Amino acid sequence: MPTLGKRLLAAAILVLALIAMNAYMSDEGLFGFGIPPYYARVIMLAGINVILAVSLNLITGFTGQFSIGHAGFMAVGAYSSAYLTVYYGQAWERSLAGVVGGTVAHVLIFLLAILVGALVAALAGLLVGIPSLRLRGDYLAIVTLGFAEIIRIVILNIDKVGGATGFTVPGYTNFLWVGGFAVITIVIVYNIVHSDMGRALISIREDELAAEAMGINTTRYKVLSFVISSALAGMAGVLFGHYTQFLSTNDFQFIRSFEIIIMIVLGGMGSLTGAVFGSIVITLLPELLRKLPGDASKYRLVVYSALLIIIMLTRPQGILGTREFGLSWLKRARKRPEGTQAVGASNGVPMAEHTKPSSLDREKEAGNL
Amino acid sequence: MDTFVQQLINGLTIGAIYALIALGYTMVYGILRLINFAHGDIYMVGAFVGYFLAFQLGFAAGPSLVGLGVVLIGSMIIAALVGMAVERFAYRPVRKYSRMTTLITAIGVSLLIENLFVARLGAAPRAFPQLLREQSYSLFGNAAISKSQILIFAVSILLMLLLQWIIFKTKVGTAMRAVSFNLNSAKLMGINTDAIISITFALGSALAAAGGVLTAQYNPQIDPLMGIITGLKAFVAAVLGGIGNVPGAVLGGLLIGLAETFVVGYGQNIGVPTTFRDAVAFAILILVLLFRPTGLLGTTVQEKV
Repeated sequence: MPTLGKRLLAAAILVLALIAMNAYMSDEGLFGFGIPPYYARVIMLAGINVILAVSLNLITGFTGQFSIGHAGFMAVGAYSSAYLTVYYGQAWERSLAGVVGGTVAHVLIFLLAILVGALVAALAGLLVGIPSLRLRGDYLAIVTLGFAEIIRIVILNIDKVGGATGFTVPGYTNFLWVGGFAVITIVIVYNIVHSDMGRALISIREDELAAEAMGINTTRYKVLSFVISSALAGMAGVLFGHYTQFLSTNDFQFIRSFEIIIMIVLGGMGSLTGAVFGSIVITLLPELLRKLPGDASKYRLVVYSALLIIIMLTRPQGILGTREFGLSWLKRARKRPEGTQAVGASNGVPMAEHTKPSSLDREKEAGNL
Repeated sequence: MDTFVQQLINGLTIGAIYALIALGYTMVYGILRLINFAHGDIYMVGAFVGYFLAFQLGFAAGPSLVGLGVVLIGSMIIAALVGMAVERFAYRPVRKYSRMTTLITAIGVSLLIENLFVARLGAAPRAFPQLLREQSYSLFGNAAISKSQILIFAVSILLMLLLQWIIFKTKVGTAMRAVSFNLNSAKLMGINTDAIISITFALGSALAAAGGVLTAQYNPQIDPLMGIITGLKAFVAAVLGGIGNVPGAVLGGLLIGLAETFVVGYGQNIGVPTTFRDAVAFAILILVLLFRPTGLLGTTVQEKV
């Protein structure tokens, strides 16, 4: 356990790094160095995807509840906050600017928008989660997918938020917001996983019946982790909408939910660093493939999907499996102390590689054809 | 009343197509517990194979029943081969891994087929040649049924009966049911499970391809992404009927087809805009699953510790 001083130091370095990175990515650049807007855009989208993947990992990776509706909650967050900033944002910002100054007012309004987006998404998560989480496995998956599509079609029919023509949104997001909230998301999920609640969630993943027999209120924990996960997805939606400055329901089709699942499965389900890694890889891969020579770039999405299949064939547990990547990995490489378990297991949380099948890969029980 | 009969006919037409595709989902799920997300794309492949067969064999020039038969059966055979290839090279190697891995592989295959077709053929819709001289017959006064609708009903009923016969009256069908009941025990009984799984994919893919060619006769516009939303709805139909259950898939498909048509036809009267057409399938699914968690005809499996 690092001491408080070390933690504060780490936090300070992180904040400084984010500010420096933000300046580096801005139009002016840092000390005259900057990066082209295209790269800045890819980095921003990667950051938003990190939030989405880490939040989905809470419900799917750690709790073992298979949800394909993440894009729906992202849409709820994006649209509800955009409604606020478009219709009330500027007026409120002006009146607030007289009291606390322009910059602070700008920040406060966006914080409020993020809060509203997260809360509305959490509410949506609650409404969807309570009935759906009684279902298991593939049935839960298809119901969450269904809810996400219904959310999307309902939004499509609200003229106040643009309907089918799309919704133009003021820009608020810069890298400081995305990076900051990505860090906050990771810290939140890390702390949940390493708390009593996290142990309950992991026990539900490993064996729901046994967890229930141990006195864990499985429904309560499942709904709670679903709601938290939805709120974080909503937050990502707020950042996304106020970055792209244009919302269209086409951005939230089920293929988007698939993409987020691909990120966590690729990185390794039940691994935080894996989710971060997977989301960065999945964001970068199609962009890197743009560099394919000549006519081959036409096939970049073909190569992308082929690579996806090849990764699954060769590394089915994801790149990191359920392990975590961290500084202690490097230390362990030099000297492995007696009795030290895999990283992440040190706090008593069983996150070592599966030795026995978990609920996710349990053999089918019986069938009726 | 006349419009009601008309809506009923149109709904059953779409429903029959959903049912044909849903059968493939349900059979594969029954045997492997795998949501074959690439199945909707096999439906698209079927339509495109039909398109190219019609042009290559010279049937595109004018309507002919022989041409239709050749195109239909040809595309079913080729789609069956595609389905078997997908199973052999993508699903079989990951079969022993976790459900998540197989699912991502299925999504990967689906994306691969779509992107390959878009890259090769472009995303613009193409007009499918009319192989049937379109003609409408009047029915109960003002309602009408077109020749392509009759074709859809006739072919889909025929194929469903054929499937029922294969599953319940042949040796292969018995083996399929055994594998779906318990794969490992079936293997111990000397059943070549790999071959049976392969045959299941072939049957499902052939049915989807038939659905593709029939849809193209009814609504002659095909594009490489046509399988996404249709496939998803067919999957919803399979879950609605009770996934793994063959009659359930047909029931679910027809229900969803009817519900969709009625929302478009009568939705405005009760304040539901026609744009909710794509949402209604999911709404019904959610309502049904909340009260019958295994679908309409699915059997409940008691969970044991």
